[in-house]
Amino acid sequence: MKLTLKIWRQDNAKTKGKMIDYPIDGIEGDMSFLEMLDVLNEELVAKGEEPVEFDHDCREGICGSCSLQINGEPHGPDRLITTCQLHMRSFKDGDTITIEPFRAKAFPVVKDLIVDRGSFDRIQQAGGYVSVNTSGNTVDANAIPVNKQNADDSFAAATCIGCGACVAACKNASAMLFTSAKVSQYALLPQGQIEATERVQAMVRQMDEEGFGNCSNTGACEIECPKGISLENIARMNREYMSATSKG
Amino acid sequence: MGGIIKSSVARKFAMALSGLFLVFFLLQHFTINFTSVISPDIFNELSHFMGNNFVVQALLQPVLIFGVIFHFIMGFILEIQNRNARGVGYKNYNGNANSSWMSRNMIYSGAVILAFLGLHFYDFWFPEISHKYIHGLPEDPTRYYEETIVKFKDLWRVILYVVSFIFLMLHLLHGFASSFQSVGFNNKYSKGLQGFTKAFAIIIPLGFIFIALFHYINQL
Repeated sequence: MKLTLKIWRQDNAKTKGKMIDYPIDGIEGDMSFLEMLDVLNEELVAKGEEPVEFDHDCREGICGSCSLQINGEPHGPDRLITTCQLHMRSFKDGDTITIEPFRAKAFPVVKDLIVDRGSFDRIQQAGGYVSVNTSGNTVDANAIPVNKQNADDSFAAATCIGCGACVAACKNASAMLFTSAKVSQYALLPQGQIEATERVQAMVRQMDEEGFGNCSNTGACEIECPKGISLENIARMNREYMSATSKG
Repeated sequence: MGGIIKSSVARKFAMALSGLFLVFFLLQHFTINFTSVISPDIFNELSHFMGNNFVVQALLQPVLIFGVIFHFIMGFILEIQNRNARGVGYKNYNGNANSSWMSRNMIYSGAVILAFLGLHFYDFWFPEISHKYIHGLPEDPTRYYEETIVKFKDLWRVILYVVSFIFLMLHLLHGFASSFQSVGFNNKYSKGLQGFTKAFAIIIPLGFIFIALFHYINQL
């Protein structure tokens, strides 16, 4: 397969970047998208040029590291997969593929296609946890009965890998799907009730302080999420937040 | 209020509530307007009631004006914040792949509706205020029908009305269902509710277009 790649190149957070064209040949349909970039980088290194920097780790869709905007969509044109699970068979010989970093003020570019998603960590640190008594008499979590539907919904919310595709896809660069998934996974369990009021307020406050946009319910985040996190989580977070705010 | 409106969730909640209030007003406005097609007498009676009832004029009208102003000011504030949140824009952004045109362009459909409100106020609200409060003319319960249909003699005005209501349809197609999501309503009834909101978003603006065309054609 012969392709033309249009890739965002940027030296560091302070410099301006630009799109650069890279023709590439010999790409197999069975290659993953990241393997295709590996091939490009080997060619660039052989020519003495700087390789294209991009985030990756597990390459099996569970770590949330890879973060590419491919042809205008986070993680490319296929659904319910991350960039590392995208294969070149999704493209045709002669295609031009644009590759950009996830764009948001709260995700500043570090270099080329790598963005700093520390803002997600700070939202998580603001309240995405339960305080557990570790003094020796900790109660086994399974000893507390949990409604099956709530357990399933909580598990589904917890499958969010924090990749940032929701922010990248949203026209407002809103982080509501991520934050609501993290709020929901605790809000649905009895263990999460004790800190529920403080949790949702603290996480929403941190989300706003990071500079993410407002949700306008376009639904782009849900469509592009590699884990299929549902918009129901945003509605739940809205209820939790307004309920917490009314309590003061 | 100043505290909670600082949060993105509260802003959306307030936006949704003001939107739902305006949808309710729209239904009431359409119901009264539609009587002009059925019976000039009923239209005159209802218009006289709305224009002279103390509760409507002194209590509901200020709430309505506040609702409209709040909705569009908040809409512009949210749009500015949302554009700032992106920072550097994409060279290639395929919004059609994951969201509807209506949902991504509420600011433009809203701006058209706002411009239409200017025309609507120029046509009806300002003359009404002038009649009642500036010139203090004697009340005539039979004047409303004639004063209304005369506006629809001009083709350009009818065209502006039709175009505006098409944009209202686009605005409602996303906004009405979206407001329920914003206030936290997303459950097994949501699909049915979405069907209702979509039907409402199409039928009510088409009804307004029908009324404008009806009076235009009748006066040819």
